[in-house]
Amino acid sequence: MRFTAALRRNRLAAPLVMVAALVATGAAYAAIDSSTSAVQAAVTTETSVTQGKMLFAEGCSSCHGLNAEGTTDGPSLIGVGAAAVDFQVSSGRMPMATQGIQAPRKESIYSEEEIAALAAWVASLAPGPAIPTDEDINTAGANLAEGGEAFRVNCAQCHNFAGQGGALTGGKYAPNLNKATARQIYEAMLTGPQNMPIFSDETLPKEQKRAIIAYIEEMRNGANPGGLDLGKYGPVTEGLFAWTAGFLLLIVAAVWIGVKAK
Amino acid sequence: MSLTQQSPTSKVLTWADERFGAAKGLRVAMNKVFPDHWSFMLGEIALYSFIIILLSGTYLTLFFVPSMTEIVYNGSYVPLKGVKMTEAYASSLDISFDVRGGLLMRQIHHWAALFFVGAMSVHMLRVFFTGAFRKPRELNWVIGTVLLTLGIVEGFAGYSLPDDLLSGTGLRITQGIILATPVIGTWASSLLFGGEFPGTDFIPRLFTIHVLLVPGIILALVTVHMLLVVFHKHTQFPGPGRTNKNVVGYPLLPVYVAKAGGFFFIVFGITTLLAALVTINPIWMFGPYVPNAVSAGSQPDWYMGFLDGAVRLMPGIEVQIFGGTLGLNMLVPAMVIPGIMFTLLGLYPWIEAWASGDRSIHNLLDRPRNAPTRTALGVMALTFYVILWASGGNDLIATTFGLSINSITWTLRFGLFILPAIAFWVTKRICLSLQRRDREKLLHGRESGRIMRLPHGEFIEIHEPISDKEKAKLLSKVDITPLALPAAEDANGVALPQARKRRIQAKVSQWFYADNVPRPTAAELEEAEAHFAHLESGHHDRELESH
Amino acid sequence: MSDVVHHESSENRPAPAPIPHELRRTDIDARAARRAERQVATMFALSALFAVLFVVSFVGIDPEFEMGLPVIGTTRPLNIAMGVCMGLSILLIGTGAIHWARKLMPDVEVVEERHDFASSDEDKARLAETFGAGVEDSGFVKRPIIRRTLLGAMALFPIPLVVMLRDLGHDPDPAGSLKRTMWRSGMRLVTDSTHEPIKADAIPVGNLINAIPDGLVELEEEEGNLNERAKAVIIVVRIDPADIVSQQGGTAEEPWDYNGVLAYSKVCTHVGCPISLYEQRTHHLLCPCHQSTFDLADSGRVVFGPAVRRMPQLAISVDSEGYLIARGDFAEPIGPSFWEIAQ
Repeated sequence: MRFTAALRRNRLAAPLVMVAALVATGAAYAAIDSSTSAVQAAVTTETSVTQGKMLFAEGCSSCHGLNAEGTTDGPSLIGVGAAAVDFQVSSGRMPMATQGIQAPRKESIYSEEEIAALAAWVASLAPGPAIPTDEDINTAGANLAEGGEAFRVNCAQCHNFAGQGGALTGGKYAPNLNKATARQIYEAMLTGPQNMPIFSDETLPKEQKRAIIAYIEEMRNGANPGGLDLGKYGPVTEGLFAWTAGFLLLIVAAVWIGVKAK
Repeated sequence: MSLTQQSPTSKVLTWADERFGAAKGLRVAMNKVFPDHWSFMLGEIALYSFIIILLSGTYLTLFFVPSMTEIVYNGSYVPLKGVKMTEAYASSLDISFDVRGGLLMRQIHHWAALFFVGAMSVHMLRVFFTGAFRKPRELNWVIGTVLLTLGIVEGFAGYSLPDDLLSGTGLRITQGIILATPVIGTWASSLLFGGEFPGTDFIPRLFTIHVLLVPGIILALVTVHMLLVVFHKHTQFPGPGRTNKNVVGYPLLPVYVAKAGGFFFIVFGITTLLAALVTINPIWMFGPYVPNAVSAGSQPDWYMGFLDGAVRLMPGIEVQIFGGTLGLNMLVPAMVIPGIMFTLLGLYPWIEAWASGDRSIHNLLDRPRNAPTRTALGVMALTFYVILWASGGNDLIATTFGLSINSITWTLRFGLFILPAIAFWVTKRICLSLQRRDREKLLHGRESGRIMRLPHGEFIEIHEPISDKEKAKLLSKVDITPLALPAAEDANGVALPQARKRRIQAKVSQWFYADNVPRPTAAELEEAEAHFAHLESGHHDRELESH
Repeated sequence: MSDVVHHESSENRPAPAPIPHELRRTDIDARAARRAERQVATMFALSALFAVLFVVSFVGIDPEFEMGLPVIGTTRPLNIAMGVCMGLSILLIGTGAIHWARKLMPDVEVVEERHDFASSDEDKARLAETFGAGVEDSGFVKRPIIRRTLLGAMALFPIPLVVMLRDLGHDPDPAGSLKRTMWRSGMRLVTDSTHEPIKADAIPVGNLINAIPDGLVELEEEEGNLNERAKAVIIVVRIDPADIVSQQGGTAEEPWDYNGVLAYSKVCTHVGCPISLYEQRTHHLLCPCHQSTFDLADSGRVVFGPAVRRMPQLAISVDSEGYLIARGDFAEPIGPSFWEIAQ
């Protein structure tokens, strides 16, 4: 045990040093040149692509192949687009800790700049969905009611009425959306990660996606007038609560009545 | 007597007596004795929940609009503003957001409904495991079974009324099951829904059923149920001074007026506090019902969970018969299984009486261990029920524990047959062991935990006599002798016509009662007592010697 | 009072074994009794206070006022304030009454005898006699023609009550209606959220569209119900044509899909839940209600769960503008099975 633990520490050490170096480079770069003109952005992208290739080789290639062509352990990423990379890496699903039925959400090990670099490199391989812009995910003024209707028709069947997730076949699941950022939700619809189907902009327009995101955020943050929400799972947790807390109180009262006073 | 004096109370009593001859009856009623035990309060929880439901439900009808006419919502809940929905759903939203106290009442109504069916169920378990259903109370047991069924139906009707996405999904499933009814299914569905599903007729119809028909029947049956309890007088647990011919407890006035009346306020108070603090049925999150949407984890309230679970577990089987299609995948779990379950439940008093051949009146309750086969059957049935119930939440079990829903379903499919059998066997063994321990206690006393070394080196544990209270409890055990196998032929070798039937009865009887550990006889007890006294004195002597 | 009961019991039965009784603190110690008295009175007084506080919160708290509370999170305090006041006001009456009963009311258990309520054999015989005489006097047995016609009338009089239920349903052919939907040849598929027609070539592989027939919304306006929606909803998915194992119909020249775009009913063939839990990699469609699972790459066959019939496929094609259209109604009934489904 101790040996393997040590080994793991060793294995992690290299990429961590690498990551630290890259963060330092990125930070330095940002400090030197904080201008956001178009020319500068193009230069940044070009640098990112090279940086992304390095990061990819380090962290992703063991499963997806050096050129993202895919191996038996992971699918080809050619043509998945920057949106897919941003979604998978920023939500911590990639890189996977272990091979499993489904990659769970976890803390991302990459910084924003690194994710952007990875996405830029994968996007440079073949055209694919781009990362949604700030405008795409701007929910200000979105129609909540329309978002709700679209959410119930397109999303609730897997993610539940309040985005709490649900079971799929054979141990797979639709995750809860409690921690998903607006950008990640948009990207998930656009790219169909893992077994989630794609909801392309042509069949579910941007306006609808924005409204859906606004509705998910309302379900997550909106005031709950009824008090404690019991996880928003519906009648199952209500039943459990009734049988545990509710009945416990009632039976404690019944016992109090039945026991002789001292 | 006080009735002739002119205090205001006596004036009222005199008035009542001169019109209804109430004095004697009232005096008897006030002296009526109720035994004290916490488990006797379970039925009261059910009764009080029902009263709370009637009160809160009446309030809700003042604002609810039972109509499926489509309107555009324009109330104060922003995420649904401008959405098309039925008036039923819109008025439920108004109750929740625009009527002060409306949400509180909705939540009281719904929590109380969960408690109502829950308390009825637990009350029935108490009655079952203590044998309180035996003669003369069989009919009240049947009324109880009907009440439980009606409570489930009534609860489901209420769950369906707000016309939210969850309730509509439930109705869609119900309609699918109605369609599966042999021969008349399509017509039954068409008549109930006024044509195709969902139509625009069903909610107003269901409303009448929910607020008038079913509660009316429940109220009538509850009244009969209570009158029968008064008439039969309450059963009691064995104990000192308690016999099959008396009832020991506290008089109605003042103690039980205060206790039972107070308990109503406690149940009402707890329900209200829960409704204040914990959300139930947040219909605004579900959205309006549309037949083109569904939510993951669409479940009914807990009391329908076993039915939903049965429907989930059933493998897909459909047969062609008499030129029609019979969807066994719906009929078996949704009609046949609950039909058998509730029929057996209602008939159980007669099943047991048939097996025991016992026709006497029982007012003293059994301790569950003293009726091992009954207890084991009860636990077996409960296990069966709980597995169906768990199956109703198989998707949430899967996501909560990171399991495959397919493996869970398969496990529960097998578990449904295996686990109840194991539960039966284990329960019966436990009961019999407890019986043996009780017998030991009566004969040799209680193990004191003190170890003594005898002069020749042997260690023994000192047994102490049990208290009179415990003795009375243990001695209450009634031993039922199983029926003997009858002869198949009479003395002349002619086959007896009834023999086969009676043989089956005797076999069942032996299966029921053969393993019983008999209560010590009077002679055995006397002998044990003498032995005990001897030991005690011997012990004393030795102690003296050692000093 | 207990004396009365004891007196009654001692008339005909031997006195039962003694019932143990222990004195309470409040029985012995007058101060303890007074303390209990004060406690009960305090509960009743607090109950009254909370009733008043309920009115205060009802009047004083804005229904739309929101605030964050520990454990509960952001909520509207009106419901909580009213409910807690009302709940405590009710609960304290109960706890007060029970505390009173336990501590201060007599706690000596009394005995009430049970009396046999079964009547004597003589009474039973007289009842049978009275009943027999009544039946005899009525002539029910002597006059068979009256008896038989009465029984006949009693058997038939509920019939009008049952027949009257016929007009609960307005559909002359319920089974036929279940077998038909509004899909017709050439009808466009439109998305369920925006009601826009669907360009076939704009659908990427792995895409899912919840769709309805063009004209459904107008039909609903006209009919004033959602009946057609409950039958005609479909899902459209695009699968890599190489992954498609089989389809429910069509020929090599005219397959039921369009370049891997497949349309299936959204209504579960088990009990009718609308399903679109589509796993784009396995091509499985899972029903969240009872977990029936269908393989859309293989004619929508059932791979798990209680459903028996496969998910009906809708034959589709594209029109001259490249929009997806139906090529007719479903070839087999959608939704749950019923008695006449195979006829």
